[in-house]
Amino acid sequence: MSDTHAQTVAYVRDTMIAETAPPTTEVGVIKWLRENLFSGWMNTILTLASLYVIYWVVSGVGPMFTNSIWNAGSLSECREILALEGLTSHDGFCFGVLKDRWQQLIFGFYPNDAYWRPVLALLVFFVGLTPVLFDSAPRKLFLATAAAPFIMFMLLWGGSIWLPIVVGLGIVVGYVALTYLSPINGLVGTLGAIILPILFWLYLAGPIAGALTSIAPIGLEYVPSKDFGGFTLSVVIGIVAIILSLPLGILLALGRQSDLPIIKYSAVTFIEVIRGVPLIVWLFTASLLLNYFLPPGTNFDLMLRVIIMVTLFSAAYIAEVVRGGLAALPKGQYEGGDSLGLNYWQSMQLIILPQALKISIPGIVNTFIGLFKDTTLVLFIGLYDPIGLAGAIRASTDWNGIYWELFIFIGVMFFIFCFSMGRYSLYLEKKLQREHR
Amino acid sequence: MSTLTDPPKPKFRLSQLIYDTRYRSITIQFVALILIVLGLGWLATNTVTNLKALGKDFDFGFLSSAAGYDINQMLIPYDNQMSHGRAALVGILNTLLVAFLGCITATVIGVIVGVLRLSKNWVVSRLMSVYVEGFRNVPLLLWIILIFAIMTESMPQPRDFRGEVPEASMILGDHVAVTNRGIWIPRLGFTNSLSGNEAVVPAEGVPAVSQGGIDWAVLGIVLLLSIFAIRFVRNRASRIQEATGVRPTTWYQQILLLIVPTGIVALFLGMTVVEPFLKGFNFTEGTHLRNSLIALWIALSLYTGAFIAEIVRSGILAVSKGQSEAAFALGLRPNRTMNLVILPQAMRVIVPPLISQYLNLTKNSSLAIAVGYMDVRATLGGITINQTGRELEGMLLLGGFYLLLSLIISSVMNYYNNRTQLRER
Repeated sequence: MSDTHAQTVAYVRDTMIAETAPPTTEVGVIKWLRENLFSGWMNTILTLASLYVIYWVVSGVGPMFTNSIWNAGSLSECREILALEGLTSHDGFCFGVLKDRWQQLIFGFYPNDAYWRPVLALLVFFVGLTPVLFDSAPRKLFLATAAAPFIMFMLLWGGSIWLPIVVGLGIVVGYVALTYLSPINGLVGTLGAIILPILFWLYLAGPIAGALTSIAPIGLEYVPSKDFGGFTLSVVIGIVAIILSLPLGILLALGRQSDLPIIKYSAVTFIEVIRGVPLIVWLFTASLLLNYFLPPGTNFDLMLRVIIMVTLFSAAYIAEVVRGGLAALPKGQYEGGDSLGLNYWQSMQLIILPQALKISIPGIVNTFIGLFKDTTLVLFIGLYDPIGLAGAIRASTDWNGIYWELFIFIGVMFFIFCFSMGRYSLYLEKKLQREHR
Repeated sequence: MSTLTDPPKPKFRLSQLIYDTRYRSITIQFVALILIVLGLGWLATNTVTNLKALGKDFDFGFLSSAAGYDINQMLIPYDNQMSHGRAALVGILNTLLVAFLGCITATVIGVIVGVLRLSKNWVVSRLMSVYVEGFRNVPLLLWIILIFAIMTESMPQPRDFRGEVPEASMILGDHVAVTNRGIWIPRLGFTNSLSGNEAVVPAEGVPAVSQGGIDWAVLGIVLLLSIFAIRFVRNRASRIQEATGVRPTTWYQQILLLIVPTGIVALFLGMTVVEPFLKGFNFTEGTHLRNSLIALWIALSLYTGAFIAEIVRSGILAVSKGQSEAAFALGLRPNRTMNLVILPQAMRVIVPPLISQYLNLTKNSSLAIAVGYMDVRATLGGITINQTGRELEGMLLLGGFYLLLSLIISSVMNYYNNRTQLRER
């Protein structure tokens, strides 16, 4: 009864209030800002501080980009142009140095008329890589993957076309040996498939290639390793070492997890010794000491030595990453393999490694990124990587005293390479994720 | 009943060495051993032959002969008449110095950035992501050289500090001079040093102030004792809390214990601040941090800090949310939740990779070569090798030093892992 209320409560609403929009502070941008950026004094301070940092960087660097000079042959010329506009040397970048020297930074001392070769080699690499990276690519592209190393070698170093072909024939020799000898005896087949190609490469490949060259001298101009430089050098060392270090690293990891003590302890020693010493010391070892360890008179390419050292170095790191993956698998997986009657290699190949490698993908890719960044260290043993070339450019009379422009360029290039590798690993991780879907 | 006899044992056949898994492992290991021994023997014979051909021997005697070169930064007394071994030690200490400084700053940066990257604040977390990705994806060498170039090319020369209206001035209240030859900061010295007359040559109008190695040692010991006393106080508080349920207030005792004894000793030794000042063409007094040290230190800290940030972030994310909710349900305050529940669990995930980052930082400090910092690679592995022609011995010692360091660090890590491992059934 409403009268009762009337005696106790002064006023009771008996109609609904019309719907209104929520308060402006509780919707849209303002709500988001309040909740994310200005919730509490601590958060507000942080936001303001970061906004100030961003403002400071953008206001400092922005004008330098907008005022940058692209058409200048030397630093003094660039500064003159800036001075004409009433600016000091701190108000604009002199990107003229990039326009002037980009060929050097990217190709090193590679012959000018052959710049298409490294570019084409990179394209071949990506074509060969496509079926490995993406499932959706046509399977026939794997043929390109198999041919890619030989084509790339041919393009980069040049020389007679017959050498890579004859070296490729060695693999065919191995395959033939495997197919024809295996029916006789498994062991003989395996040994034959390993030993015959090596004999072929050691004793037959050279003469055959020589004979073919003298019959049909087809080929590209030979480019010695010392002409490699800049990003071409980094990318070549990086790619070769990445491709070689993955299988070696996996083998080392398997060795380290092995039940056979001798294998296990040799793998452990190798991994720990390699990992315990900085890469730069290994590179110096390669350039100073390798001659001591090889038969008197051997002398081979500095670039090849670097590739070997970088490969061994990152293989040891990959071994540790893969070992983590192997150790993370439940014991049941190993026992499952055994109970199915698979032998060691079968169970590794079919059960253990696919799972272990999946777990280790982020670590492996991080190692690759580290390896690619470490290719810059070759400058200390006399190879000209981008940073080494930047030093050479800074020492030249035209560009003495310039550094930001060169380092921005090199940094951005490395960032693009490494960042895309990292993103691909995230994509792969997501794609291979099997739990919690 | 006929007794069961053992089935006739098959005779051992040679082919079992290959086809029988029981024997195959022996065969494989035997072959591997032979191959390894042959390989090592091959390397050793080659080395012996090559050394003989070059007329060199294998001898570490060069370590005790006079080095004959100067080192521009030394933590222990050294001059060019001292031995190569001493020079190597100076280099080792320089390596350890930059590694130590770098580890501390990298940890501070990494922890702050890692926590901030998890912040709900969009601007802050994005900014931190930019920092982390930017530093992780660009070679460390580039950062070192860039920072060194900034220091040497953009900073004012010492003479710019001169004159009535100087072009440059010292920062932080006139205490720190940033020049293109390095940074001068005030240092602490002792007017009443225990070593007495070892005082450095005083500049005009400046009282004799000793560098005082022994004084620092005394201060350090006092500080260490104070820390032990503080631990004792804390343990006592915990015992009382366990017995009575009430924790006695000890914070003022702890602060007093930390400050008072050290302060008294410092006063007694006459600890003073020695300011750098301009004299002639350069700054003197104070502590001179060379550009090489600064560049290496900053670059190593920022670079490793980015990696540590990722480690800290993943460590915190690894503690499941239920843990903090459970702690709140038990009535723990946020502070204690962090200290007693989250951190101990996050630390288990964080510490092992953190230590391996420290190891990486130490090894990366060998990039000192890019800026001419006199670390062990530059002394033992650089000038000494060039002067004596002992590449083999020098590189062996250098590698041995780094290897020893990494073995020590990884055994610390294993010890920690074993102690903190989750004990499962």
